Amino acid sequence: MPNTQNPTLTVDRTDRDSSVTLRASGVWLVQKMAQKKVMRALQRSAQSVKSLPAGSGSKEVHWDLSQIVRLDHIGAQFFWNLWGKTRPPGLTLAPGQESLFERLAQAGTPALPVPPAQRLAALLALGDALLGFFEHIHGFIGLIGQLVLDFGQFARNPARGPWKEVSANIFHIGFQALGITALVGFLIGVVLSYLSAQQLHTFGGDIYLVNILGMSIIRELGPLLAAILVAGRSGSAITAQLGVMRVTEELDAMLVMGLPHGFRLVMPKVIALAIAMPLLVIWTDAIALIGGMTAAQLQLGMSPSYFLQSLPGAVSLPNYWIGLGKGVVFGSLIALVSCHFGLRIKPNTESLGHGTTTSVVSAITVVILADAVFAIVFSGVGY
Amino acid sequence: MAGPIIELQNICMRFERNVIHQDLNLRVDQGEIVSLVGGSGSGKTTVLRQMLGLQRPTSGTVRVFGEDIAHASAQQMQALRQRWGVLFQQGALFSALTAFENVAQPLRELRYLPEDLIRDTVLLKLGMVELSPQDALKMPADLSGGMVKRVALARALALEPELLFLDEPTAGLDPDMSETFVTLIRSLHQELKLTVVMVTHDLDTLLALSSTIAVLADKRVIINAAPAEVIAFDHPFIKDFFLGARGRRALEALDQ
Repeated sequence: MPNTQNPTLTVDRTDRDSSVTLRASGVWLVQKMAQKKVMRALQRSAQSVKSLPAGSGSKEVHWDLSQIVRLDHIGAQFFWNLWGKTRPPGLTLAPGQESLFERLAQAGTPALPVPPAQRLAALLALGDALLGFFEHIHGFIGLIGQLVLDFGQFARNPARGPWKEVSANIFHIGFQALGITALVGFLIGVVLSYLSAQQLHTFGGDIYLVNILGMSIIRELGPLLAAILVAGRSGSAITAQLGVMRVTEELDAMLVMGLPHGFRLVMPKVIALAIAMPLLVIWTDAIALIGGMTAAQLQLGMSPSYFLQSLPGAVSLPNYWIGLGKGVVFGSLIALVSCHFGLRIKPNTESLGHGTTTSVVSAITVVILADAVFAIVFSGVGY
Repeated sequence: MAGPIIELQNICMRFERNVIHQDLNLRVDQGEIVSLVGGSGSGKTTVLRQMLGLQRPTSGTVRVFGEDIAHASAQQMQALRQRWGVLFQQGALFSALTAFENVAQPLRELRYLPEDLIRDTVLLKLGMVELSPQDALKMPADLSGGMVKRVALARALALEPELLFLDEPTAGLDPDMSETFVTLIRSLHQELKLTVVMVTHDLDTLLALSSTIAVLADKRVIINAAPAEVIAFDHPFIKDFFLGARGRRALEALDQ
């Protein structure tokens, strides 16, 4: 089979008239050339060809390409580069090869433009990062402002509000998250109960387990756990959804049809999360307490009925309200942050991945920041 | 090489209850430029995707270069894929890479080509589709629709394929660029002895390029023949498609 013959380039020296003939043969197709051994052999021959003129002075060099079975542009480019991008004088070609070299000759010697070297690159990167940060803050404040205006519009005419979007979002963000929040809440309750029970037992303070579990879960862990799970689960989904809508130009289509993004996309998500999050917080609290109760029964022999009876005494009512309030605030923040990043995604895949990651990380960070603010503001309430 | 480049035999394709193809047969010989035409929803793109192995027919065999796609090993498929090039409708450029890197990607994937050869080859291919080295460093997001298409064609041609698939090659190009595109495909077809399979709605491109036209209607290929024969064939779809006002204009322009 002539089609399987590897490309070769051989150097023939004839002593008689001290001329050199370079003979190429075989199949010069890119798939044949791109084999480790073949490419090595070709590059070795190329090296010896390059050293020819210097070594042989004014001797004549002939190129014979007529033995080549098949030649493509990449094979032709190999010769062209070897010839220093001009046609050598003594060249024998097979009939079909002419047009390949004509095309190469026409193409000239294009070169990639070199991007100008950046001085002070590190400083510029720092400036970029800072400006980018302020731009994000600016955009985020703008988003909140738009949200307030949208709420105003919604309040003036509630019948025309995006009720369907709100209810769909509550289903996706709230109902479908019940399973995962229950699982994580239960396990955290068990872990916390085991750890505290062991410590309390050494002091003989077993009965304080209810206080520790009640306070930490209802006031702190329940809302935070639910928020982190929702940020990872729904925050990423919101950002990716808006990002893909940007890529497929759905966002632009909405604008030109007179469907504002704020009213139809951002506000329903904020409302849905502000409603679903406190409910999820109650759910997570309850399951985590059940987990703690189970572990207390096993570790300390504390009966569930005692646990339930002493819970109201151990955790005063304001703590429940603080937990619910955190749910509302965290939910709205997650929705706002993920919409903020989702709407800024540029129509390419890299931006989509980057935007989603940043969105989730920022949402969790913002939630924890807000949690710290709650801790400081309500430091005197509910103890 | 004897034998057809592509052979579809008794293809049936069903999406749940929806039958797209029923006993579809198609044969593409070496050196042909075959255009697939058909109404929207007639499954032209599905046929193309079946040839590429992206979609499996419910029953029937697809052979490309004599290889049964459904039963080819991973290695055989890899060898096949180096012998064809595909131009997707939207270009499908890798948006994380520059135009240059997009075209260089298939060449780098071969691993053993020297860097200077890759660079010159890529610039040559970009030159073929009339893109300057300045454009080579742009990201796909910064390119216009027509330029994206041209870069995608350069990428499809990077490995000098024997078989080229074009999905709506001239959609979204201005008439001038479409003409250049047609000339380019024709000259490549002569130089590299390409076999081309394309899906197109553009009558000018269709009539200017095709050596044969395969018409998809009634869930199968009703005729696969030279353009003149196809136009003479009696079928309501062909009447509407070629002998409507637009079709007649294109035919007249071709006669002149």
